[in-house]
Amino acid sequence: MVNNELLEIIFLTLRVSGSALAIACVLGIPFGLILGSEEFRGKKIIQLLISTGMGLPPVVVGLVVYLLLSNQGPLGTINWLFSPSGMILSQSILAFPLAAGFTSSAIAAVSPKLIIQIRSMGTTSWQEKITIFSQARNGIIAAVLAAFGRIISEVGAVMLVGGNIEGHTRVLSTAIVLETRQGKFAFALSLGFVLLGIALLANSLTYYFGGQWEK
Amino acid sequence: MTPNNIFKIENLEKKYGERKVVDIKNIYVNNGDFFVIVGPSGAGKSTFLRLLKYLEEPTNGDIYFEGKKLSNPLDVNIQRNISMVFQRPEFLKRSVFENVEFPLWIRGKKDNEKVEKVLGQVDIGNLIREKTSSLSGGELQRLALARAMVVDPKVLLLDEPTANLDPYNVELIEKIVLNLNKAGKTIVMVTHNVFQAKRLASSAGLLLNGKLVEVGSADTFFNTPKDARVKDFLEGRMVY
Repeated sequence: MVNNELLEIIFLTLRVSGSALAIACVLGIPFGLILGSEEFRGKKIIQLLISTGMGLPPVVVGLVVYLLLSNQGPLGTINWLFSPSGMILSQSILAFPLAAGFTSSAIAAVSPKLIIQIRSMGTTSWQEKITIFSQARNGIIAAVLAAFGRIISEVGAVMLVGGNIEGHTRVLSTAIVLETRQGKFAFALSLGFVLLGIALLANSLTYYFGGQWEK
Repeated sequence: MTPNNIFKIENLEKKYGERKVVDIKNIYVNNGDFFVIVGPSGAGKSTFLRLLKYLEEPTNGDIYFEGKKLSNPLDVNIQRNISMVFQRPEFLKRSVFENVEFPLWIRGKKDNEKVEKVLGQVDIGNLIREKTSSLSGGELQRLALARAMVVDPKVLLLDEPTANLDPYNVELIEKIVLNLNKAGKTIVMVTHNVFQAKRLASSAGLLLNGKLVEVGSADTFFNTPKDARVKDFLEGRMVY
């Protein structure tokens, strides 16, 4: 594998994973904030679904997204099958419950006594929510990291939906599978180290900015 | 209701299930009063304060603040005129400074000098950049007082503000709240400490099983109480 191809794979991995993470967090964190702080009918059922979703098997998600995006599927016309967009969709679905579930748990863990005391100072509803959110920041960072971990290490769904097409939908995790199958263990291992390096960098950045926020 | 009343309470009842924890007929708190309610643990003192702040809704009866009937959700402007110091104050995971700045932030009136001044008044000006997790119990209670004072409220509600504190902190907090009262703040405090009540109150009452058995000026209440239960309580005899 030439260097350009490797760079292309790394770039696509970052694009797909970054986009999926952004979508999962933009939707999942506010969802978790509401789920963790508000009382409403059906909350327990939603919590159960989110908890179940946190353990969704990637191949099942991949299969369902595949069927949705296939020519005969209800979303066939958008032509996302075997494209990065389809991969982003499947990874967002996988990561959403993690972002929402961990956020919800972090919000619910903020002391109810503290919330009453914050409210007693005359906060508006929005100010109260922002303050609770800031108190739960470590848990929310954990939610982002969990979602990222799920996405970056995932193979099943991206393999099914993306097809591991060279120069088009091949990402680090699917490339590792391919290289291993071809017996190129050393190269597969080096791709693994690149993947680990990305994960380490992402975690370090998250901790750094999380720490800055806390100051 | 005379214009001098800041709180007016009418037939106030709070029930948890079938258990009635507060049952107060009609009382007033006057502007500038230091009204202290004494009573044993479980008498309903903290619930009474939470009702005044409308953190809990009464089961029956009405509370008026400056002539306005309180209702749920409580008007933010009324909420902001009544500061409360809780028996077990909780703080944001931020610095001492940021915790005192917080009530100003929610009003859109950040003021560093004011925060520093108030922290100096409660004698923790040297801890301004510390995290609250590094403060002692007495320092935390003084921080809670600073957080309540910084917004210059009309009323301060104090829920056992010196419970479990050493004599130095008790004296310091008493001095601060007395000065606030002298400066015109209305203070409503609940405590089981009769001696403290005597030192601070301008008017006082005894709460027993949710009922106010006697209310009056501090002089009458502590020196010539009419109700035998008040006399017993003040003299340290069990009345509950």
